Amino acid sequence: MDEGSPSAKIPPAPTDELPFETALTRLEGIVQALEKGDLELEAALAAFEQGVALSRHCAAQLEVAERRIEVLVREGAGFVARPFAGPEDTD
Amino acid sequence: MTDFLPRTLPERRIFTIAELLAGVRALLEESMGRLWVAGEVSNLRRASSGHLYFSLKDDTAQVRAVLFRADARRMPFELEDGLEVIALGECSVYEARGDLQLLVRHVEPRGRGALQLAFEQLRARLEREGLFDPSRKRPLPAFPRRVGLVTSASGAALRDVIEVSGRRFPATPLLLAPTRVQGDGAEHEIAAALAALASLPRGHAVDVILVVRGGGSLEDLQPFNTEVVARAIAGCPVPVVSGVGHETDLSIADLVADLRAPTPSVAAAAAFPDRAVLRDRCARDLVRLCTAAERVVERAAARLGQRSEALARVAPVARVAAQRVRLEALARALERTARRHAERARSQLAAVAGRLDSLSPLAVLARGYAIVWNANTRAIVRRADECAPGDRLRVRLGEGELAATVENTREPARPWRRVLSLPENR
Repeated sequence: MDEGSPSAKIPPAPTDELPFETALTRLEGIVQALEKGDLELEAALAAFEQGVALSRHCAAQLEVAERRIEVLVREGAGFVARPFAGPEDTD
Repeated sequence: MTDFLPRTLPERRIFTIAELLAGVRALLEESMGRLWVAGEVSNLRRASSGHLYFSLKDDTAQVRAVLFRADARRMPFELEDGLEVIALGECSVYEARGDLQLLVRHVEPRGRGALQLAFEQLRARLEREGLFDPSRKRPLPAFPRRVGLVTSASGAALRDVIEVSGRRFPATPLLLAPTRVQGDGAEHEIAAALAALASLPRGHAVDVILVVRGGGSLEDLQPFNTEVVARAIAGCPVPVVSGVGHETDLSIADLVADLRAPTPSVAAAAAFPDRAVLRDRCARDLVRLCTAAERVVERAAARLGQRSEALARVAPVARVAAQRVRLEALARALERTARRHAERARSQLAAVAGRLDSLSPLAVLARGYAIVWNANTRAIVRRADECAPGDRLRVRLGEGELAATVENTREPARPWRRVLSLPENR
């Protein structure tokens, strides 16, 4: 696809590292570009595929069940994050 | 006036001024001791030594007072002119001036608590400084990658934050920087925790910090009403959400924070996006995506159609193809018409056949007529004079034939009526 065409702005395919916000922003950017309807057919189909992938990526992140709670522990001069066992019983 | 002077004194005792004042001071201290005095602070002056000099006055009188630096430091609030106070101290004499002086050890505001006053004073001061300005408030990230939490590792506030954030967006990690949240020095731990969370390396950085604590008395919440914590929040490079105490408690931390939540649970809800809402949003996006893609394909198909039509107008091959299509359509139409015609023809034929049947010579013969041929010439014999005696004849009956010979001929009275018009050569 040639430079300057709207499809050139479509970002590369998502990875697992992609933060939710970025994925959602890209997804909605693709939706808007497709709705505007000025993409060439081939670019539009590529954008569509990417949109589906991004949508799946977002959905997967939303369904993460495992909680990550860490606690900051002093180590030497600095701090490190360690897994947090849970709130202590005493108040 | 000299009349009143004693003429004779048993003994003249002449005091130095210092001795006089020392005597007065001793009397004062002995007879009055430590006491509470109520009055309004005026002419307050802070010496470079850190001692505070002021007057306590009411409607009719005033007295000089001093609050030494060590005592002044212990006070949660600050003395200021116009403040109505109750002061605990001892009466004394300032020898250099001969002034009566109250040595103040402790001051309480009148009509409200010291902490309440301290809160109001700090609030007013920081407000003047602009620390609470709405323009200072930073927006929270819509989708934080990691959320910092400053609170006690054992409090109900922590449990609330864990529960609410786990319900809303469990994928986002929560990083606790545990601190004491009440008692002397807790404010320094809170400030240090904020600084530690704010200075994590890139991959571990938090992009919003919650500072929370459950409800408590004003004394319990005091760390959150200190200048130390206020400065730590104001100087924090990432946005801070406060959730201190219950809904009715307002702390200095709340005022400085980028967002004030009434409780720890609400603070968690403010920082963590709601995945139920996001599920809907993603689902709607997917529907929009598919609808838009379908429309793109439809439009492309329509364009394709237009283009091939345009092509057919200029390209002979395409024109031939188009002709063929048209022909095929015609052929189909023809076939339909033909079938209809054939149908009609068949029924007409049937009708005609019926009529033909009634005209069939066989039917006539069946009624008793016969056809006679000259056996030699094969000509049909219509008149008697066409035959001579001895001619051989063939006679076709309704059923079967006869071979016959003419014996004689007779002229007819009337000529035979032609009953059939069959072809001569038959």
